[in-house]
Amino acid sequence: MKSPKVLILSGYGINCEEETALAFELAGGESEIVHINDLIENKNKPQRYQILAIPGGFSYGDDIGSGRAYANKLNNHLKHKLLEFARKDKLIIGICNGFQILTQTGLLPGALTNNTNARYTVRWVDLKINKSPSPWLRGIKSLSLPIAHGEGKFMASADVIETLKRQKQIAGVYYKGDICRYQNLTPNPNGSTLDVAMITSADGKILGTMPHPERAMFFTQLPHWPLLKEKYLRAGKPLPREAQGLKIFKNAVEYFK
Amino acid sequence: MHRLYVTYTIPDARGQIKKKQFQSLLPKAKLGAVYVADCYTIDSKLNKQQLEKAKQLLANPLTQQASTSLSQQAGTSPQVLGRKIMFSYAIEIGFLPGVTDNVGNTAKETLTDGARIKFKPGQNVYSSQVLFILGGLNRGQIQKIANSLYNPLIQKATITSFDEFQKHALVPAIPKVKLTTSAKVSKVDLNVSDDELTKLGKLGIPNKDGSKRGPLALSLDDLKVIRDYFNKLGRKPTDVELETLAQTWSEHCKHTIFADPMDELKNGIYKTYIKAATEAIRKQKRRVPSFRGDSSPKPPGDFCVSVFTDNSGAIEFNKEYLITHKVETHNTPSALDPFGGSVTGIVGVNRDCLGFGLGAKPIINVYGFCLADPEDKSKLYRDKELKQPMLSARRILDGVVSGINSGGNQSGIPTNMGFMYFNDGYRGKPLVFAGTVGLIPKKIKDKPSHIKQAKPGDLIVMVGGRVGLDGIHGATFSSETLDSHSPATAVQIGDPITQKKFSDALVKEARGQRLYSSITDCGAGGLSSAVGEMALATNGCLVNLEKVPLKYPGLSPWQIWISESQERMVLAVPRQKLAKLQKLMKKRGVETTVIGKFTNDKKCAVKFNSQTVLDLDLDFLHNGRPRKIQNTKYKIQDKKNVPKIPNKKNYNDHALKLLSSLNISGRDFLATQYDHEVQSTSVLKPIQGSGRITADATVTRPVLTSKKGVVLACGLWPEFSETDAYNMAACAIDTAIRNAVAAGADVDYLALLDNFCWSSSDDPHRLWQLKQAARACFDYATSFGTPFISGKDSMFNDFKGYRADGKPLKISIPPTLLISAMGVVPNANKTVSLDAKIPGDLIYILGDTNSEIIPTVDAAKNYKLYKTLFNAVQQDLIASSISVTRGGLVPALIKTLMGGGLGGEISLNDLPGNWKVNADALFSESQGRLIVTIAKKNREKFESLFFGQSIAALGTVTKKDKIIVKDKADKAIIDIKTSIALKTYKQKFKDY
Repeated sequence: MKSPKVLILSGYGINCEEETALAFELAGGESEIVHINDLIENKNKPQRYQILAIPGGFSYGDDIGSGRAYANKLNNHLKHKLLEFARKDKLIIGICNGFQILTQTGLLPGALTNNTNARYTVRWVDLKINKSPSPWLRGIKSLSLPIAHGEGKFMASADVIETLKRQKQIAGVYYKGDICRYQNLTPNPNGSTLDVAMITSADGKILGTMPHPERAMFFTQLPHWPLLKEKYLRAGKPLPREAQGLKIFKNAVEYFK
Repeated sequence: MHRLYVTYTIPDARGQIKKKQFQSLLPKAKLGAVYVADCYTIDSKLNKQQLEKAKQLLANPLTQQASTSLSQQAGTSPQVLGRKIMFSYAIEIGFLPGVTDNVGNTAKETLTDGARIKFKPGQNVYSSQVLFILGGLNRGQIQKIANSLYNPLIQKATITSFDEFQKHALVPAIPKVKLTTSAKVSKVDLNVSDDELTKLGKLGIPNKDGSKRGPLALSLDDLKVIRDYFNKLGRKPTDVELETLAQTWSEHCKHTIFADPMDELKNGIYKTYIKAATEAIRKQKRRVPSFRGDSSPKPPGDFCVSVFTDNSGAIEFNKEYLITHKVETHNTPSALDPFGGSVTGIVGVNRDCLGFGLGAKPIINVYGFCLADPEDKSKLYRDKELKQPMLSARRILDGVVSGINSGGNQSGIPTNMGFMYFNDGYRGKPLVFAGTVGLIPKKIKDKPSHIKQAKPGDLIVMVGGRVGLDGIHGATFSSETLDSHSPATAVQIGDPITQKKFSDALVKEARGQRLYSSITDCGAGGLSSAVGEMALATNGCLVNLEKVPLKYPGLSPWQIWISESQERMVLAVPRQKLAKLQKLMKKRGVETTVIGKFTNDKKCAVKFNSQTVLDLDLDFLHNGRPRKIQNTKYKIQDKKNVPKIPNKKNYNDHALKLLSSLNISGRDFLATQYDHEVQSTSVLKPIQGSGRITADATVTRPVLTSKKGVVLACGLWPEFSETDAYNMAACAIDTAIRNAVAAGADVDYLALLDNFCWSSSDDPHRLWQLKQAARACFDYATSFGTPFISGKDSMFNDFKGYRADGKPLKISIPPTLLISAMGVVPNANKTVSLDAKIPGDLIYILGDTNSEIIPTVDAAKNYKLYKTLFNAVQQDLIASSISVTRGGLVPALIKTLMGGGLGGEISLNDLPGNWKVNADALFSESQGRLIVTIAKKNREKFESLFFGQSIAALGTVTKKDKIIVKDKADKAIIDIKTSIALKTYKQKFKDY
C-alpha cells in the first residue's frame, strides 16, 4: 500500500500543526494541514485519510478551560464524522492540547485538569510504555519527551480507572528514567493520577498523549545532546540524527503498509 | 441577563496555590480552604434550552459543574465539591468597562456556535472570578488579599461577607462601556499665548467640561510651526489633525533625539553613529574577505538584506530564506499594568515580524526585564495625595513575567532567549524588552519578499481586532515622564488568539498568493501612524473613519484614528484581490474591513461620514517637524559606585554570595514556564546541562530541513553607565558578541540590534552620556564587523512621584543599552553548551584578566580570539564553552562545573592578563574572556589553533563534588562543593 494520508487539524490557536505534519512526513506518511472551518465546510473530507492528528497548541487561549471551546466546535459540527472515523480501521492521535480536546469529544475517557503547581510547565519527562494493544506504541518500551502544558493532570473516576487498567488503556506513565536522573527531576510533572501521561482507546487506535513526540524527532532536540555528542565523538561513533519520538509516527505509518 | 458559575467537582489546584499565596501575605491569619469559581455574565436573554446548553458548553462534566444558583438563591451557601461551604468572604474580580476580556470573548463565541444564542450588537459575555475564602478573617485582612489579586487600573474587586451573601448573594455587574461624549470633531485655536500653547502640548486638547484629553507631547516650537501651517491655509486645525501631528512627530515614532542635530553632529547620532556603522561594515564585507582559519566555511560577506527601513531588520539565512529580528520596549504600560504591558509588548513585537516585507513568520520570542529588587518593600505614589500607589517591586516582577508567559505560549512561538537584570534605578519604571525573530522565503511568486509594493488605488484594509478607547495616547505618553497625569487608558491587554488567527491566515495562506501588496503593523499611534506611514509609498491616502469597526459605539473620530487597540494590521490590497482575501479571512474567523484607499495626491485625508476631519499635506505630516538643536554637557563621571572586593585568604563566602545574588543566580523559573520547544526547533536551550544552568545564548534550527542554526545572545552593563557610558556600550557589544560566540557563532556572521533606554533625555548631561554610548556603538560595531540591522529607543524612563511620607522624589533608570546579537551557523550540531562534559577534560581560559574598574574592550584582539574559537568549534575541539560575564571568572567557572555536575581543580598560576591581586583574578569583569573545556587528546590541536593569543590551561575537570581554586602560591583560595554551589545558585528564585 502507498503512504497513508494524514489529516492534521489546525485553527483557533492550534500551533503544532507544521511540526506534526513534518513528523508524519519523515515517517513516510503524506500530511495535509486542514483548518477546522474547512473541515466543517467539507464534512466528508476525513474519509479520504487514514490518520487524524489533533496537534498541540493553545486553542482559544485555553480561555474556558483547555481544549473546551475547540472541542465544543468539533462536537457541534463534526461529532458524527469523528465517531465514524474512529469506528473504521483508522488511527487518531491527540497531542497535548489535542489530547485535551479528544477527552472532551468523548473519544477518549477521563479529563485533564490544572497541574498541581497551577502553572504552565515546560520540561522533559521519561515515560514507561505499558503493554498495550496500540499500534502507535508497538515495540516501544520507554521514551523521553518534552511537555508544555498548564492542564495536564489526568483525572478519572475510580471505575473508569479500573476499566482503563483492565483494558490496558493506560499506555504511558511518567517514571524516573534517563532524563529525570540526568536533570534531577521528579518523574510526575503535574500530579497526574497514577502518573498517567498517555492513554488509548480500548482498541488502541486512538492515542492521547500529554508529552510531545514531535518535539523529540531529532537528536539535537534532546536536552543532553551536547553531552551525548562528546561521548559519541570520543567513542569514534557517528552522531545519530533522530530521536525516539519519531518512532510513534513511524508506527502509525507502518500500520497501513 | 444570566450568570453562570463554573466550579470544580474535584480538588482544584488553583485554590490550593492561592491559599499558599494568601498565607504568605498574612502569616498570622487563620486561613481555611480557598475555592475558585469562574463566572460568566451573559448579557442576553436565553431560553431554558439555551441556558442548559450553555452550562454544558462551559463546564467539563467530569471535573466541573455549571450553575446559576449562586446568584439566585439568597440565604443559602454556595456549593463547591458538591457540598455547601461556610466561607468567610467572597472576592469577585472582574474587568472594568472596555478592558479586553479574552475569556468572555471566547465564551461568547462558543455560546453563539453551540447554543445558537444570537447576541445583538453591544451584547457580550463578561468573565470574572469569585474566590470563596474560608477561615476567620477580618475586613482588613480580606482587603489586603483583594489588593494582591487585582489591579485597580483594569479590574474591580467586590468583597462580599458571608452575612451579606445570605441576604443578596452576589450582585452581578456588567462592565459595559457607556460613552457620553458625542462623536464630534472640534477645532483648536492655536493663535494663543506661548504659555497657553505650552500647556496645550503638555496636557492636551481641552474637552467641553474643561478636562484635558492627555498629553500631545508637542513642544512650543512644534506648535508654532503647526500654527503657521494652518494660518497659511487660513483655517484652524481640527482635533484630529492636531492629534495626528502629535502622534507622527512624537519621540516614540520619529525618534527625535536620535534624529535631530546634537552638538557638532549635524545629522544626529542615529545617522552618524548607528546607520553609518552598518553602511561602513556592509561596504567592507563586500570588499575584503574576512579573516579565516584553514577549515573555516566561506565567509558570508554582506549578509544584510533589509536594515532600518522596515518593521524588523533582515539578514540572509540560506539560499531560500531570510531571518528578521526586532526588539521593542514596553516600559510605561508595564509600570502601570505589568501583565498587560508585558503581554502587549510581546504580542506587539510579533506584529513587527508579521509587518516585515510581506510578512515574516514569528519563530522565536526574546524578552528582557530590568527590575528593582523584588524584596524592595518601599512604597511609591504617583500623586501627592498618596491615592495612586505604584505596584510593589514584586508585583511588577510577577506581572511582567506572566505577561510574556501568556503572550508567547498562547501564540505558539518558542520563547527561548532572555535576561532579567536588577538595579534600584528601575523601581519607578521597569524596562520590559520584547523581541521576535522571523522567517520569510526570499521570494514569493518570484518577487523579493522584503519589498512592499503598494500602488495608488490599492485599498486600505484593516485586519484583526476592533477599535476601542484602549491605548489612547500610548505613543505620546511613552515620550513623557510617568507621573499622576499618565492616562490609565494607555493600558491595554493583549489578545494572542485573535492575533494568532490572522497571523496564520496572512503568513501561511494569503502571503503565498500575494493577496496584498503591502502590510504594516498597527501599533503606537494606531491607524494614524500605520496608514500615515504606508501612504508615503503611494504618496497619499483617503480614509473613511466611519467604516472602522468599533468595540462599542460613541468614539470620536480622533479616538478612532489614534487608538492603539491591539491585534490589528493594515494591508494595501489591490482591488481585484479583495474578494479572495475577504473570503479567506472570513473562513479563518478574522474580521477585515476596507477603510479607504491609497492615492497619489500628496495628501493624507480622513473623512468621517462625509465630513473631512483631516486634510494634511503628506510632506508636512512627515517632514514638517522643526529640528531641534540639542546640546550636550560633559560632567565628571561618577566613580564612587564601583564596589571593591577586599583581599582575603579565602573567597568561598564571596563566591557563594555572588552565585545567589540577584543578577547571577539561576532563573529556571522562567525557562520552565516559557515554552521553548514549540515549533520543534530548539537546539541549545535556555537552561543547560544536568544542573540546568541559565544560559547566555541559545541555538535554534528554524528550517527543519536545513542543518543551519540561528544563535541568539545579548549583553548589557547599566551598572557602568554613570561612570563611563562609552565603555558601558563597548562592554555591551563585546558581551553580546562573546555570548553568541561561546555557543558557536561566527563573529563574521553576526548582526546586532540596539535598544537605548535612557532617562531625562532633555538633560544635557544625559545627552552627553547618550552621545558617548552611540559613539562606542559605531567604533565597536565597525571594529568587530557586526552591523546593526534594527534598533529602538525609549528616552524618558523617569518616575516622578512621592514617597510614603509625602516627600516628592524622582527615580531615573541608569542609562541602559541592550545589545542583541543574532548569528547564523552552518551546522546546528556544531554548537556548544556551557556544561563541562567529561571528567579529565582540561579547563582553559581564553583572553586576559586585568585589574580594571570599568573594563575596556580591545576589539581587534577579541575578534581574532572569537574567530579562532569558531574554527575550533567547527573542528569539534570544544566540549563546553561559557562566556565570562557578570561577577567575573568565578561564577563562569562554577556554572560550567555545576552544569556538568562535576568538580574541578584550578590554578591561577598561568592566568593571563595584568591582574595584580587574587580578588581581581577571581572577580574582575574584564571583557573578551571565555572558559572552555576540551578533551585531553585535543590539547595540541587546540593550542596550535590559538598560538600567539592569550590563552592558558587552568586545570582539570574532576569527578569529585569539589571545586578548588589555588592561587599562585598554590594555596586553595576557593574550596567548595559543587552540590552546595548549585543549591546556592538556585536559592534566590526557588519559590518564584
